[in-house]
Amino acid sequence: MAGFLSSSIGKKFLMSLSGLFLILFLAVHATLNSLLLVGPEAYNEAANFMATNPFIKVMEPILALGFIIHIVYALILEVSNMGKVGPVGYKMAKRSHQSTWSSRNMIYLGLIILTFLVIHLANFFWKVKFGGAPEIEGTNMHDTYKLVTDLFKSSLIIDIIYLIGAIALGLHLHHALWSAFQTLGWSNDRWRKIWSVIGDIYAIVIAMIFGLIPLYFYFIN
Amino acid sequence: MANKTINIKLRVWRQNGPSDKGHFETYELNDVPTAASFLEMMDLLNEKLINEGKDPVAFDHDCREGICGACSMYINGRAHGPDTGITTCQLHMRLFKDGETITVEPWRAKAFPVIKDLMVDRSALDEIIKAGGYISVNTGGAPDANTIPIPKDVAERAFDAANCIGCGACVATCKNHSAMLFVAAKVSHLALLPQGQVEAERRAKAMIAKMDELGFGTCSNTGACEVECPKGISISFIAKLNREYLKANLIP
Ligand code: HEM
Ligand code: SF4
Ligand code: FES
Repeated sequence: MAGFLSSSIGKKFLMSLSGLFLILFLAVHATLNSLLLVGPEAYNEAANFMATNPFIKVMEPILALGFIIHIVYALILEVSNMGKVGPVGYKMAKRSHQSTWSSRNMIYLGLIILTFLVIHLANFFWKVKFGGAPEIEGTNMHDTYKLVTDLFKSSLIIDIIYLIGAIALGLHLHHALWSAFQTLGWSNDRWRKIWSVIGDIYAIVIAMIFGLIPLYFYFIN
Repeated sequence: MANKTINIKLRVWRQNGPSDKGHFETYELNDVPTAASFLEMMDLLNEKLINEGKDPVAFDHDCREGICGACSMYINGRAHGPDTGITTCQLHMRLFKDGETITVEPWRAKAFPVIKDLMVDRSALDEIIKAGGYISVNTGGAPDANTIPIPKDVAERAFDAANCIGCGACVATCKNHSAMLFVAAKVSHLALLPQGQVEAERRAKAMIAKMDELGFGTCSNTGACEVECPKGISISFIAKLNREYLKANLIP
């Protein structure tokens, strides 16, 4: 088993499982976020349900672990692959003829997502956990709706940072889903096409939800 | 058409030996018949260099009919040049324009050190084969093989994988310099057939361990290998290799 996890395919196995787990998490996260468009009651109810639910309490550290595994192995693979180039690189390489831009830039897209993640956690997660978030009058529940929408309404810079994060995520997901199933061996000529289509639809929906909601609050609501 | 010729400029990688730093040298070559293959054009260049008392460009070649995989050259940014589904010896000068500058580089990868000029040492691929790309028992001659009935689609799929000629274009093209397409082809064509199935698990493990050891990178599924493979090996075989490897390691 130790031998397996240090092999090239073993490391990619961990990348693909952690990545698919993050894809599931994003689906839940995006669904909750869409409630921002329904209204304060609906969103706060869902947010407080998430904050108090024991299942979510258990999942939180597992989610953090999922991110850590994915990021640590991304860096391990990237550094090791950089060492495989040899003494001289190509003078001329028509890479865009051979592969998608996303597939070649997963690490840079990932690093943008990571930077976004830090900003995002500082904006909301930190305040809800460690103080600074408004409360709903007459209760001791957080008014997460107010926390989120106040920020989105107040700063176009923040909204643009969220848009950039969402675009990077969408491009990451353009390659991610079919690639993960390829790594897990669950693919062939036919399934590769199916996974790619599902992955692209998922990527577009997720990027729109995360990227457009902040702008909606700034410009429209 | 038949007698058409072009004048070209060649920007060729020259490197005196494995430890030499290497550099590009530019040569002008006139009256190259468009019906010539790329290697015939290289022969013309070398004839000219020899006549001028210069050192000819070293490059690998053997069959010159697209089956041995020796003629490794990275031409204008692509393995085996601008055509698809062919090796360099099957590339023809009619695909190039009059007056064009053509950049010719060796396969560049840590696992393929340059021997001289455009010639690289691809023996790391042989080492991977030695680690498990064979069947340990004598399975008899062709008539014996034919006594084991194999469904036609399976036989054809095995043959699709067996088409790999070990040229190394996949490694040369991959941004990670992974040999996954090569190993996938070798593991798959044996794993698909009854004679090879017995040792499938041991083979997948041993060949991947060797690949990792010899300085090839890991697969990011960019799919670039498949685009440049002269034999059209599909990355679906990489999925199959992953499946074989995961099965060998995770299913007791
Ligand atoms: C929520 C966010 C994320 C999701 C849903 C996600 C999902 C995925 C998935 C499914 C894959 C495909 C795995 C495979 O090819 O087997 C992948 C690959 C990758 N991810 Fe992420 N990822 C996320 C964040 C990140 C972050 C923060 C980084 C890093 C710094 C990162 C870096 C990478 C890299 C470098 C690869 C390609 C690895 C390779 O094939 O060599 N990802 N991601
Ligand atoms: S898989 Fe294709 S590119 Fe790679 S060694 Fe075999 S024939 Fe060459
Ligand atoms: S010389 Fe044999 S394939 Fe080109």
